[in-house]
Amino acid sequence: MTAPLHEPTAEAAPNAAEEAAVAGAEEAKQAVQGRSLGRIAWERLKRDKLALTGGIVVLVLIAIALLAPVITGLVGQDPETRHEDLIDPLFGTPTGSLGGISGDHLFGVEPVSGRDIFARIVYGAQISLLVGFLSAIVAVILGTVLGILAGFFGGWVDSFISRVMDGLLAFPQLLFIIALVSVMPNSMLGLEGTSVRVFVMILVIGFFGWPYVGRVVRGQTLSLREREYVEAARSLGAGRFYILFKELLPNLVAPIIVYTTMMIPTNILTEAALSFLGVGVKPPTASWGQMLSSAIDYYDSDPMYMVIPGVAIFITVLAFNLFGDGVRDALDPKGSR
Amino acid sequence: MTTQRTSGRRKQAMAAAAVVAALLTTAACGGGGNDNEGSKDGAAGFNAANNKVAQASLAKKGGTLKFAGAQDADSWDTTRGYYGFMWNFARYYSRQLVTNKTEPGAAGAEITPDLATSTAKISPDGKTYTYTLRDGITWEDGKPITSKDIKYGIERVWAQDVLSGGPVYLKDMLDPKGEYQGPYKDKSADKLGLKAIETPDDKTIVFKLPQANSDFEEVLALVSASPVRQDKDTKSKYGLRPFSSGPYKFESYDPGKSLTLVRNTEWKQDSDPVRKAYPDKITVNFFTNANDLDQRLIKGDFHLDINQTGMSPQGRTAALKQHKGNLDNPVSGYIRYAVFPQSVKPFDNIECRKAVIYGADHVSLQTARGGPVAGGDIGTNMLPPSVPGAEGQKYDPYELAGADKNGNVAKAKEALKACGQPNGFKTTIAVRNNKPAEVATAESLQASLKKVGITADIEQYDGSQTTGIIGSPANVKKKGFGIIIMGWGPDFPTVQGFGLPLWDSKYILDSGNSNYALINDKAIDGLFDSYVKELDDAKKTQIATDINHKVMEGGYYLPFVFEKFINWRSSDLANVYTTDGYSGMYDFINLGLKSPK
Repeated sequence: MTAPLHEPTAEAAPNAAEEAAVAGAEEAKQAVQGRSLGRIAWERLKRDKLALTGGIVVLVLIAIALLAPVITGLVGQDPETRHEDLIDPLFGTPTGSLGGISGDHLFGVEPVSGRDIFARIVYGAQISLLVGFLSAIVAVILGTVLGILAGFFGGWVDSFISRVMDGLLAFPQLLFIIALVSVMPNSMLGLEGTSVRVFVMILVIGFFGWPYVGRVVRGQTLSLREREYVEAARSLGAGRFYILFKELLPNLVAPIIVYTTMMIPTNILTEAALSFLGVGVKPPTASWGQMLSSAIDYYDSDPMYMVIPGVAIFITVLAFNLFGDGVRDALDPKGSR
Repeated sequence: MTTQRTSGRRKQAMAAAAVVAALLTTAACGGGGNDNEGSKDGAAGFNAANNKVAQASLAKKGGTLKFAGAQDADSWDTTRGYYGFMWNFARYYSRQLVTNKTEPGAAGAEITPDLATSTAKISPDGKTYTYTLRDGITWEDGKPITSKDIKYGIERVWAQDVLSGGPVYLKDMLDPKGEYQGPYKDKSADKLGLKAIETPDDKTIVFKLPQANSDFEEVLALVSASPVRQDKDTKSKYGLRPFSSGPYKFESYDPGKSLTLVRNTEWKQDSDPVRKAYPDKITVNFFTNANDLDQRLIKGDFHLDINQTGMSPQGRTAALKQHKGNLDNPVSGYIRYAVFPQSVKPFDNIECRKAVIYGADHVSLQTARGGPVAGGDIGTNMLPPSVPGAEGQKYDPYELAGADKNGNVAKAKEALKACGQPNGFKTTIAVRNNKPAEVATAESLQASLKKVGITADIEQYDGSQTTGIIGSPANVKKKGFGIIIMGWGPDFPTVQGFGLPLWDSKYILDSGNSNYALINDKAIDGLFDSYVKELDDAKKTQIATDINHKVMEGGYYLPFVFEKFINWRSSDLANVYTTDGYSGMYDFINLGLKSPK
């Protein structure tokens, strides 16, 4: 066993002992010896009700996004069928109360077009989560690799990567994405229309997000590489890449996971903002940000149309944030904040 | 263990929650606000001023007429303005040889003498127009307006390098070869070198057209034919303070914020048969937010919207529900449509164009435009109802408002077969991103075309770049814009003023093109040629009808609606009427107040 696993366990031991004291000292002692880092973190997470709720909501959202066609099929709706018979021709708003909420249309229908809002929210979850997750993964991969290289090798590699990170952090990314998306061709790499937009959004959001991960990873690597166990590995003749990936990387997993969960909600908001500004997905694809944007014209006459996508974004971001917080607390109980 | 602590991250989440909560409350409040003020005021009633005069006898002299607007004019320089509301408003401070009649509806599009004693004496070949000026016409400093001032004002249209933006019909008609360089490059001492206009004395002005054009007098009625005095011409800065020849003069102007006109004391009522000049003062305030503006109108802070392009969806709903008597619903003269550039395959084939026309759900497109009231009647052909020769919905060659108003999939599929694309095809719809109603029509068209097998991708382009993006046929072809969503209104209410740039092959330009369909039809060109030579009104009307039929038979356009607006009229306004002369706007010049203050 290598040293890194000792340390957190040793730190965690008093904590775990305290908590388990009620259950009995004997058991506690056994538990301390028998539990891995992951298991301890899971035990802590389980006790954090807020984080757990957040996690469950996240799982439900993922399920909704994956099962969108099934769910909308069950209620007998789809996101693109227009129900113009439900629209008041004088005002362009839905005829029923609360934006046309009924047994058929659980969240009502869109003004003007009469498309089912429930179906569009469900399909909108696909876009939000897809962009949120994939761009976070892009950022984490780039950030981890470059951060670890900068921290481990130091010297000119470090200064070069650090300056690039500084540059990117100072870059007005929203403006850049708007400019980039408007000059993007309509089809590229075999993708077309909305897929191109989603692809570009994932890449660009990810690209501008990696320095946040990169800085943390670099800092962590800087402190870890001076630890005894790394020295020991080095003196035993371990290669650089062995040290990088077998010694350092496992110890970076905790901050990386924490940053990933924190980054997803930010990315979801960025996607919503881009769609709101009209450079996100293309019609008729549903997106929460685009729904909010078109709801502006009806905030007075059909407030539900604005409330529903707003609440969807709110719940999603809140759930991810609570869950992310919980994960951070569980993995790194001494973390400063 | 974590529940007691509030991390920085969680604080953010709480703050976000608070923001959303606030947002929900405002939305809820907005929905419930209701003030029942509709009953006690003296509103004339729904459509009371639409093509008829409302409460003419209640107009009193004096008071401040308050306009509000979401957009300032492109320029208040009579040569440079091109917005319809600017042309309408400019009559407050400028006079022309002839102008539109101050009468409601169709009569408002007719020509009446203003600075001239009568309409033109036209030579039999239709190439010479002679006017005599009235007595007692003066500038705001008391000096008389002479024929030379009028000539100079018209010459400014030639100075497009300095005074760009306005209509150039005068230049095209008087100097089609572009020989004159404009007054600023004029070598002659008096700067009146334009040969096509003669001023034998201060009271007489003679126009000599190289080729007859039966709409010439319509063009002279545009404000771009206003007199400008040479010693007061500040060139590109003239729009900040035009020198007045009308009943009001500029007091102050802060571009994009406010404009105030006061009485021109040198203007004499007996010299002006057109303008009544009721109020003492006219103010315009500009807002950036259309919703805010509509709320202020409803509240009574302002009398009317200077832009006259209809209320926002939000304000419209509130006004229709609570203040219907303050609204008019005129036809705007605009046609909203989709056009098929023939350079983009497969729209070179008429059958493929027809497939789109048949496949579209016209009721859905109408709903997307705002419905029958705020959007307009389903458009069935390409001549606006306010233009002589128009037949309105009576001419409906594709049954757009008739049997096939919800689209006819069978006919569309037949047309696709005839086009050689039985399985449909892919194309792109180009639409301005700053026009929500246009984007809504694009989505509607996309949905109905999907049913006939045509897959349309919607490309939203920067609306401020319209001329560069869809005005360039090369770019349209490169981007593959098979369907372009646009709207068009007449500059002056004739088939020439509406359709010449859209349908004549001479107007296919490399940039700033408006003949988006790239129509190159000898028959249509020929009809326009005979139209401009024809002096008889009845025959002109017939030619206009024929042109419209030719355009529709070519299947170049899918008309959506003959557009209608919903415009706000304050209960305090009197002598209000809409006029076809200004595309269904209220005639600003003769508005009065009931209780001046």
